[in-house]
Amino acid sequence: MRALPTPAVLTRILRPDRPEGSSLPIWLTFAAVFAVAWLVVGLAGGSFVTLANLQNIAQRSVALGLVTVGQTMAVLAGSLDLSVAYVVSVAAMVASVTMAGDPGRIPLGVGAVLAAGALVGLVNGLVITWLRVNAFIATLGVAIILRGGLNATFDNFAGAVPDQFQVLGYDVLAGIPVSLFLLGGVVAGAWYLMHRTRFGYHVYAVGGDAEAARLSGVRPHRVLLAVHVLSGLCAATSGLFLASRLGAGAPWVGPDGGYDLESIAAVVLGGTALAGGKGRLLGPLAAVAILAVVDSVFNFFQADPFLRTLVRGVVIVGAVALYSYRSERDPHPGERAFRLAGPRSGSRDVPRSGSGDVPRSESPDAHGERG
Amino acid sequence: MTASAAPVLSMHQITKRFFGTTVLRDVSLTCHSGEVHAIVGANGAGKSTLMKVLGGVYPPDGGELVLDGRPVRFRDPHQALAHGISLIHQELTLLPERSVADNILLGREPRRRWSVDRRAMHEQARRLLADLDAEPIPTRRLVRRLTVAQRQTVEIAKALSYRPRILVMDEPTAALTPGEVAVLFRRVRQLVARGLAVLYISHRLGEVFELADRVTVLRDGRRVDTRDVGGVTPTGLVQMMVGRELADRESTPPVDHRPAGPVRLAVRDGRGRNLRGIDLEVREGEIVGVGGLDGSGRSDLARAVFGVVPFDSGTVEVDGVRRRIRSPRAAIRARIGFVTADRKTEGLVLPIPAADNALLVVRALGRRPTRAAARAMDRLAGRVGLARTLLRRESRLLSGGSQQKVVLMKWLATDARIYLFDEPTRGVDVGAKAGIHELIRELAAAGAAILVISSEFPELIGLSHRIVVMHAGAVAGELPAGAGEADIMLLATGQSATGAGTGPGGRP
Repeated sequence: MRALPTPAVLTRILRPDRPEGSSLPIWLTFAAVFAVAWLVVGLAGGSFVTLANLQNIAQRSVALGLVTVGQTMAVLAGSLDLSVAYVVSVAAMVASVTMAGDPGRIPLGVGAVLAAGALVGLVNGLVITWLRVNAFIATLGVAIILRGGLNATFDNFAGAVPDQFQVLGYDVLAGIPVSLFLLGGVVAGAWYLMHRTRFGYHVYAVGGDAEAARLSGVRPHRVLLAVHVLSGLCAATSGLFLASRLGAGAPWVGPDGGYDLESIAAVVLGGTALAGGKGRLLGPLAAVAILAVVDSVFNFFQADPFLRTLVRGVVIVGAVALYSYRSERDPHPGERAFRLAGPRSGSRDVPRSGSGDVPRSESPDAHGERG
Repeated sequence: MTASAAPVLSMHQITKRFFGTTVLRDVSLTCHSGEVHAIVGANGAGKSTLMKVLGGVYPPDGGELVLDGRPVRFRDPHQALAHGISLIHQELTLLPERSVADNILLGREPRRRWSVDRRAMHEQARRLLADLDAEPIPTRRLVRRLTVAQRQTVEIAKALSYRPRILVMDEPTAALTPGEVAVLFRRVRQLVARGLAVLYISHRLGEVFELADRVTVLRDGRRVDTRDVGGVTPTGLVQMMVGRELADRESTPPVDHRPAGPVRLAVRDGRGRNLRGIDLEVREGEIVGVGGLDGSGRSDLARAVFGVVPFDSGTVEVDGVRRRIRSPRAAIRARIGFVTADRKTEGLVLPIPAADNALLVVRALGRRPTRAAARAMDRLAGRVGLARTLLRRESRLLSGGSQQKVVLMKWLATDARIYLFDEPTRGVDVGAKAGIHELIRELAAAGAAILVISSEFPELIGLSHRIVVMHAGAVAGELPAGAGEADIMLLATGQSATGAGTGPGGRP
């Protein structure tokens, strides 16, 4: 029995040049932010690390976390999903109206919500692949359609979820909120899908260079359809959670939560390249946790919500600027390998592959000549 | 030649049109197992398109593919691969952010139940690479950390992992050094000996004669002829390719004497990324060649002079005046023009018309009324030999040679007096190549100072008044006009100069 991990094991875990990159730096950032929050709140005479507060932070992370998981998959595949906020609303309404306060209808409600999320995702995917509409516009268009539908149908809370269903939103199991198990399950499934299955490998390939993937026998359209369905499912799950919190569906829960842009911000903060093909699934979740901690601190000080939004914006812009500064400093990779005959530390997951630094003559570019 | 009687593959009267332009017209071709079949032709002759039709990238508009006597139709590359047709594309199609093994087995990752069996994947990748007797490449390394030659090896391993019966190689040697080419050829011969059929596209006729059994010549989307390599001469092939006689000025050094104009561009003790103590002078009317192997810093030199990645220390003088060039904009103001090695990503904005590309720099600088420059477009097009009708076409739709002409126009429009050419004729056909060489000579004759960087030694020898050879980021030595390829190679590989005369920048 070894009492302590050997240095070799440690370097393996901390290895900064792991070929697939690592989300560790972002989790370390989370740890730092958490420590600072603890200190600041403590100095102000509060207590940050209480069970109630930690549970609160976790709960706060669930809704955005679920949406972000789906968004991360879409972005990794080189796409984007701007419809998530309205999918959240649609899901909350469908759940609340279908269940109508009847515990026996919970399975039906959950099924209907997931079907609705998958359907919207499928529509997104088909508009992007069949109609060849740019993902930004396609999912924005679908978002506007959903908004229209929602506003035409509802103008206030509608339906109700049964008390039994509110267990998801409020109950705590062994000190851990039930909803955190839901998030954990979804994250574990998505992590396995992205990092351990063929499908995940193909998501990275399509996001990295769709044409190169196609020439290698991958069918990019199928991959794009699948990630959009998954993103729809994740957003729908988030809607289920919110319906359980609120007790009834409200048409404004999605857009008011800002899940579309916040999830994209989390994806980028989490070290995922917005252009696709680069980043780890767990990075954006660390970013969600960071945002939740920051929120919690602002709540403690009862700060102006507008100030809170402002600080959020500064954090996001600052972090992304830092990433691109670091990727700029990453020297010419091909030649470095040539000179030093080996990889070196210093370039962890950075969102962009340093546009000026990649030896572009070799970067795959088969799009130009396509007819 | 061990070609068996029945062809593995025959292509019958393939026709392909893009936007109403016919790029392939009734092209027929057969390929036998155990044969290397070369396909040659000028740029835009349709070689790559023909191979992409074969590989399922484009569906043909007419004609038929017959594989083992059965007609086949491919809707996508996936189906072509399943039928044993594997393509190594001209532009490498690897994912820079994924590992070597991920790239090689993309689309066919070995599985264990639901998961990718990563151990098996790395093992298979390692075996495929070992099969090529290449220097070992770690299968976990990210592709963006590989050298060009290593990437090429990975591409080949990837193509072979499909266990193809027909392997298409589209200009596989474009980015390789002579030593690497020899290794590649040895591999190809091994594969052919095992019964593979290879279709080999190349601009370099020497390679065709060295490697191929038969050769098919394409011109303007039609097949000119198919011959046994034994029954044709290089000059004969070139004539078939261009459809006319061609004066071959390459490899014959310029006859005019070294010009004695004043020094126009001088670099003194320039240091920077992959550059160590560079001293360099280029005189008015002089063409200075810069040779060296990949990674020697030859391109970094041009990028530093042009301010893309400026020198960290040292001075740059233009016409005897010290200039601080910290950006391309500053370089352009100093009347320097830079024809980059990669015209698609650095030379041109692909989706805009050719004329707009040609005016890009003039407009960016806004130094004189652009209307005058716009009027001069037709004249400049004539000067570089670009059909005027092409000026309105989107740049991405032009052939490689025409694209390069547009890049040249861009700098001619600025009246630059110092030109940096990085691989000016890479991927350009024989006819356009001669034209570009002619233009470089004219520019020099008109008083410009010119730096030509090239990995092709005959090109350096044919163009330059002097050749500066780089090695490991420093100037290894300087050779006068008339130096041989062997002299350049000696310096480039880091051997000390052998009496051929060291340049002012020669450093230990």
